Amino acid sequence: MYRTLFSHVGDYKKQAILSPVTIIGEVLMEVTIPLVTARIIDKGIKAGDVGYVTKMGILMVCMALLSLFFGAIAGRLSAVAAMGFAKNLRSAMFRKVQDFSFANVDKFSTASLTTRLTTDVTNVQNAFMMFIRSAFRSPIMLISATVMAVYANPRLSTVFLFSIPVLGTAVFLIVAKAHPRFEKMLGRYDHMNSKVQENLTGIRVVKAFNREEYEIKGFCESTDSVRRAQVFAEKLVIMNMPIMQLVMYATIVAIMWFGGNMAVKGDIQTGQLSSFIMYVSQILMSLMMLSMLFIMFVVSRASMQRIYEVLAEEPSVKSPEGASQEPEDGSISFRGVSFSYFGDMKNLVLDNIDLDIKSGETIGIIGGTGSSKSSLVQLIPRLYDTTAGTVMVGGHDVRDYSLDTLRDQVAMVLQKNVLFSGTIRENLRWGDSEATDQEIEEACKAACAHDFIMGFPAGYDTDLGQGGVNVSGGQKQRLCIARALLKKPKIIILDDSTSAVDTATDSSIRKAFREKLADTTTIIIAQRISSVQDADRIVVMDAGKITDIGTHEQLMESSRIYREVYDSQQKGADE
Amino acid sequence: MPPRNMRPSAKPENTFLTLKRIFSYMHGFGVQLIFVVLGIILSSGAGIAGNYMLKPLIDNIERSLTDGKWDKSGYLGILTVMAAIYVLGALSSLFYQRMMLKISTTTLMRIRNDLFKKMESLPIRYFDKHTHGELMSLYTNDTDAIREMLSNSVAQFIGSAITIVGVFTAMVIYSWRLTVIVIAMLFIIVKVIGAIGSRSGKGFMAQQKAIGAVNGYIEEMIDGQKVVKVFTHEDEACAEFDKLNEELCTAATRANTFANILMPVMNNLSYIHYAATAIAGGIMVAKGIGSMTVGTVVSYLQFTRQFSQPITQVSQQLNSVLTALAGAERIFRVIDEEPEEDNGYVTLVRAKEGPDGQLTETDERTGCWAWRHPHKADGTVTYTKVRGRVEFDDVYFGYEPEKTVLNGITLYAEPGQKIAFVGSTGAGKTTITNLINRFYDVPDGKIRYDGININKIRKSDLRRSQSIVLQDTHLFTGTVMDNIRYGRLDATDEEVYAAARLANADGFIRHLENGYDTMLTADGANLSQGQRQLLAIARAAVADPPVLILDEATSSIDTRTEAMIEKGMDSLMEGRTVFVIAHRLSTVRNSHAIMVLEHGKIIERGSHAQLIEKRGKYYQLYTGMFELS
Repeated sequence: MYRTLFSHVGDYKKQAILSPVTIIGEVLMEVTIPLVTARIIDKGIKAGDVGYVTKMGILMVCMALLSLFFGAIAGRLSAVAAMGFAKNLRSAMFRKVQDFSFANVDKFSTASLTTRLTTDVTNVQNAFMMFIRSAFRSPIMLISATVMAVYANPRLSTVFLFSIPVLGTAVFLIVAKAHPRFEKMLGRYDHMNSKVQENLTGIRVVKAFNREEYEIKGFCESTDSVRRAQVFAEKLVIMNMPIMQLVMYATIVAIMWFGGNMAVKGDIQTGQLSSFIMYVSQILMSLMMLSMLFIMFVVSRASMQRIYEVLAEEPSVKSPEGASQEPEDGSISFRGVSFSYFGDMKNLVLDNIDLDIKSGETIGIIGGTGSSKSSLVQLIPRLYDTTAGTVMVGGHDVRDYSLDTLRDQVAMVLQKNVLFSGTIRENLRWGDSEATDQEIEEACKAACAHDFIMGFPAGYDTDLGQGGVNVSGGQKQRLCIARALLKKPKIIILDDSTSAVDTATDSSIRKAFREKLADTTTIIIAQRISSVQDADRIVVMDAGKITDIGTHEQLMESSRIYREVYDSQQKGADE
Repeated sequence: MPPRNMRPSAKPENTFLTLKRIFSYMHGFGVQLIFVVLGIILSSGAGIAGNYMLKPLIDNIERSLTDGKWDKSGYLGILTVMAAIYVLGALSSLFYQRMMLKISTTTLMRIRNDLFKKMESLPIRYFDKHTHGELMSLYTNDTDAIREMLSNSVAQFIGSAITIVGVFTAMVIYSWRLTVIVIAMLFIIVKVIGAIGSRSGKGFMAQQKAIGAVNGYIEEMIDGQKVVKVFTHEDEACAEFDKLNEELCTAATRANTFANILMPVMNNLSYIHYAATAIAGGIMVAKGIGSMTVGTVVSYLQFTRQFSQPITQVSQQLNSVLTALAGAERIFRVIDEEPEEDNGYVTLVRAKEGPDGQLTETDERTGCWAWRHPHKADGTVTYTKVRGRVEFDDVYFGYEPEKTVLNGITLYAEPGQKIAFVGSTGAGKTTITNLINRFYDVPDGKIRYDGININKIRKSDLRRSQSIVLQDTHLFTGTVMDNIRYGRLDATDEEVYAAARLANADGFIRHLENGYDTMLTADGANLSQGQRQLLAIARAAVADPPVLILDEATSSIDTRTEAMIEKGMDSLMEGRTVFVIAHRLSTVRNSHAIMVLEHGKIIERGSHAQLIEKRGKYYQLYTGMFELS
């Protein structure tokens, strides 16, 4: 996992490596400065040698400036490396998601993918910056300060033989014990957030059923459990600091006691003694930092895991290599097609489908909720792959085309469709980025969208806002149809795309289709019989199987289901 | 809706008031807070005092070197005092942190609860104007920032302030001459922090904005991922993303560079300060200025180190404190929003009808409900039986003042009638139902419910008397059972099953993995749209209200299934006033009255047969299904 993630440091590897290197420079200065201060006190001030003090003072200023220089460079480098790493991670994930098939997206859900690309990347970025700044700094500080202490006075530094293991063990125990508690806390957080999310989307239901108090009660329970989990986890971590203080203070007292005894005998000078105290704080502080680093790592590990899951996901639908053929025409055939969203033969939603559609034909599909109409057509542009059997478009297996070629020729208007922020024109250009204004207008006329677009003050330059909030449901559907038409595909699929459009408009859209898209294979999934009645052939589906195929008149004769649907919609019309 | 790349600012507007308000959430912790402050004072005081004890220790040794005789017991005495101070410091640090943890987590819980309570009481209008992401980030980013501030920054700020004041005082006492250097140094430090701080502040603001843009783009593209794929628009999406991502990287690098540089700068300034003090102190000792002793200089040098540390800490915390306060202001702004207005005083009560038709209040479940209407003028109370008669009298309404959606709607719905609204999208059908349950308010007296002005009816009681099934069904995390019971919390299991059977949902529910105990996820992803609508209908059925609103309730159910649940729907609608909105004219055919809406006006009304006869717009719509010329 870590190898995959950190391979995305990429171009910023230089900065990521140089940053700790410069930090070594900074640390070396930091640990040698106490040596200089010891000399200033012992050889300068006590001896009253002002010249020496000045000399050493200037040396110290130079060292400080050098340390500052290294520190600043390290700060810059680590920022560049960490932000660059985050950029690469986001970019890699975004690209990966672009490669995902529908099945992959379904698996993660869009909300979870968004969190992974935003919050999780930020967490990892911050942990990474902290890591390259401290992961080397603290151990180097620890080692060099210890070396300096031993060098200054080996006998006195034996004190550290006790304090370092004591603090180390304590910190380790705390972190190890806190880890599962933190994971639990994060889980509670997720639960609380999902409650908020639910209430945001379902606020009308909450209000309509007067469930404000009920929801508040549930939320308060959730925040209380977050609070308890947080106290449970953090009460361990807050012990870090006092324990560190206790060990540090005990070390100082011990050093003053043993050191005092030595100083009286003249084995050590008082200046050395006070610089020794400086080492105490440097050594123990760096141990502390290491434990902080560890906690940070634990907290960000969940994020890393979630990012890794996205990066490691294999796109389930891939373009074959070196595929260069184009579909010859708009014909479609299903040969023994079975399909399950889980890829197994147990939960089949399509069961052994055989169907041939001629190029240029208009096919209607009718069937009940859950009869797998959408599943059937989604196999044509390879939004999903079949579990068994083959789907052919233009004379070749869909798996032999490159995905781009196939999808450029098969336009599909989805049931749950979206428009993007930007103007109407920009959204329509998704279909064809080089479309002329005239082409755009023609497509909109065919989709019965031109008139209402011209009704907006800014016409085609009307800004849609995020998710196309400025247009009504029916208008949105018509824009989506126009967008698909601009692709000038060989096959166009309308998956219940006119459900929010009134019947009159619906019928004029179909009229335009018949007149202007006579050569295009058209597949219309609909709830209303009227939407498919004039198709060349109508496919009736029930529970993942095709039960009947025929024209309206034929089906009225032969298909019980078709007649039932028809009757349910016509009842009362003849009164 | 604000444009997506406009993220809230990172700077608080009124620091003091916001702080005060955060502290007001700590009510009940007064004593503990005093203990926390005491703990902080003791803990940082112990640090200073402990260091202060170094001087007598060193002096003791120095004396022994000159005298040749060591005052061992004196030395041990000082050392004992020092150890005691240290132990006290560490213990009080543990003590205050533990207490602060309790205070800060409780404070956060209270803020979250308050925010959520307010959110539940906000009018629908508010949710129209604000995105989910915007509100969601109040619960995540903004509360996290407050948490960070409460658990780290507050203690550090107090501790640092105490240390700075304490050390500064000690320094002045030791030598006012050397303190001149300190003041000069302080001046430089403030300048440096100011320069770096303002740059990094600007950087962080730019970063915030860039994050907003990137996150907005990610949200939009991932939400529309399937469309992106259908249009093979992946490369374009990546190209645009790279541009935004690059901008974010530049801004973030800039902001973090300054933040990272602050620490080494401060640290080394303190060394320079040390050197300057050492040289000056050395000269003073040598020249005997101000009776300066070696011990004084040594301690003084310790102080210079101690002095800069808290300043560095404070300046490091400054950014996170500012971010937290800005976040808190955003939260408080929502908490200060006007809640849904409700001046209703007419309430819904269970009633018993006497033999003379007189209504009296009762606690029994009689199945009979009444409006309890107190009259302010003469202090009497009248009871009106809940029947579900709704009338609109020349209602004008617009979501925004300048854009009216309804233009003079007048209609009556008698109890037990089924009223249907048809018309093209945007004609105002949903708006009418939104007014009946007061999601939006209209001026007084325009809408009456059982003869009572609906603005006088308490909103919760008004909505209790109505059930609504929306086109977008929203289910909640929980079992199928929980979701149906959402309609009436005290419904028995049997009542839930009956409601499910009525909506024809029982069959598919029993086929689910765990039947009625199957867990549904937030977006109900494991159910089809049609199945979710059936659950929503069952949910409305279990509520058993006199008025039922069906807003495209069966749009995702195929007509054949609809025909199958028709019987159930019919018995559900029986004896209730029902408002139906549907595109599908077959759904509305058997209504008592059908209103054809266009541009917020009722252009035709009548029964199906009457309207067909009339050969107007309805006829056109209806026959449009067949005329496919």
